[in-house]
Amino acid sequence: MKNEQFNNRNVDNDYFLLDIEDYPTDGWSKFKRVVKRSLRIELFVGLWVVLREMIVFKKHTISYPEEKMPIGPRYRAVHEMKRLWESGTERCIGCGLCEKICVANCIRIDTKIDENSRKEVSEYSINLGRCIFCGYCAEVCPELAITHGGRYENASDQREHFTIFNDMLTPLETFKNESQVEFEGFGAITPHEDERVKKTPLAY
Amino acid sequence: MDTAFLIETIIKIVIVMALFSALAGIGTYFERKILAFMQRRLGPMNVGPYGVLQFGADAIKLFTKEDIIPTGVVAPVFKIAPVITASTAFIAAAAIPFMPQFTIFGYTVHPIIADINIGILFILGVMGVGLYGPLLGGMSSANKYSLLSAARAAAVFISYEVVSGLAILAPIMMVGSLSLIDFNNYQAGGIGSWIVWSQPVAFVLFWIAAFAETGRTPFHLIANDHEIIDGFGTEYSGMRWGLFFIGEYANMFFISFVIPLIFLGGFGDGSVFGALALFGKVAFFFFFFLWTRAAWPDVRPDQLMWLCWKVLMPLAVINIIITGIVMM
Repeated sequence: MKNEQFNNRNVDNDYFLLDIEDYPTDGWSKFKRVVKRSLRIELFVGLWVVLREMIVFKKHTISYPEEKMPIGPRYRAVHEMKRLWESGTERCIGCGLCEKICVANCIRIDTKIDENSRKEVSEYSINLGRCIFCGYCAEVCPELAITHGGRYENASDQREHFTIFNDMLTPLETFKNESQVEFEGFGAITPHEDERVKKTPLAY
Repeated sequence: MDTAFLIETIIKIVIVMALFSALAGIGTYFERKILAFMQRRLGPMNVGPYGVLQFGADAIKLFTKEDIIPTGVVAPVFKIAPVITASTAFIAAAAIPFMPQFTIFGYTVHPIIADINIGILFILGVMGVGLYGPLLGGMSSANKYSLLSAARAAAVFISYEVVSGLAILAPIMMVGSLSLIDFNNYQAGGIGSWIVWSQPVAFVLFWIAAFAETGRTPFHLIANDHEIIDGFGTEYSGMRWGLFFIGEYANMFFISFVIPLIFLGGFGDGSVFGALALFGKVAFFFFFFLWTRAAWPDVRPDQLMWLCWKVLMPLAVINIIITGIVMM
């Protein structure tokens, strides 16, 4: 299954109006309808249709835990923390904007000054039970550090269940084989952004 | 009554009970699979390879569930109603010859529990009594949907019983006996001597009435899930509900035996091929019950009564009159 069918939002023009007859009004036309319906053996058409489906044996069921539907690249599921492509360090600078903008009040961030006198995230958690997956955190993030991912199986046995920074962070192995995927949805840079950047006056 | 006859009868009873209880369970598996395939689904897949053990899981669930008798129900009637449905389905099987007679260890076995001379009358009567299960269960449940279902059961009962009785009267006139063995022997001459060729109208009418009798889909209005929850079964749980279920499916199997025995030659001349042909016919009629469930919509109770009283019953009466004139 491909993503195209999800991206195509245009309804096909295969629709046509059914030719529906008027309801019979008098007894004679009612009788004619009964005879017509009895003799056209419409019931057997229905039987043939279902039998054909059984013989053709084309199934539409997806056995869910074993196979999964593809989800769109902009699907807003559990958050991910990205790494810088250049150095592999985490992009999050601990500005706390995501905590401020969060409408569900589910993000908690705590920062400290590390030994290099740089700001570092010490605690970062998202309460997935409260999160409404609105995408504001990803949109407000100035560093494209927090984005949404495709991990939608976050069922839990209690309402409050959390995800922490290191769970969301792109694993180093994933980063090293260059399979970190940039999110195309909320907070992502638009395509061909480089060409649209105006040079500052200092360049003249 | 000698001892050998007694032992033989008891063994036959046990075999029929065990076989058709199990078949009723396996029948649910076939039903779910076939309906799923017809609707482009997979059906049960997880219990055992391709879900074949699903009926075992269902049986464990039904047997171990709590037996709830709700407050407000008429408890004795509520408790006895599922037993009526299940037991009458099996009692009706007493007069059905399942196979031609065969000899084992020099002892001739008649695979019919009681070859009574009023076989068809007995089967139809006992199957008719089976509708007291839904009727009593629905009336005693203290639930308005169950009560509606009981009213529908009464409506179905007075509708189809006339049609099935009158439809079968014409073949009975031809054969001159009510025993299914005599019916079978009447048609033993091969496909050309099947009663269906001389009584096609009676065949179709009896087949339609069989759908009302077993409460299957075009006439699945006694326990119509999408209108009145589960009808008479709404308040039932566990094995009491399971008895209704076994009764319904056993009824389907038995009526699938009765239709070929009356109209389609039964087991023919009594050879092994004849026995296999009978099982093939039974399998087709059982499959047809499932097939129509996937394809056809349900009718309303008033439509069923309209159909039975205004269309099918006049047809059956005309059929009887024509048969009588031809026989004179």
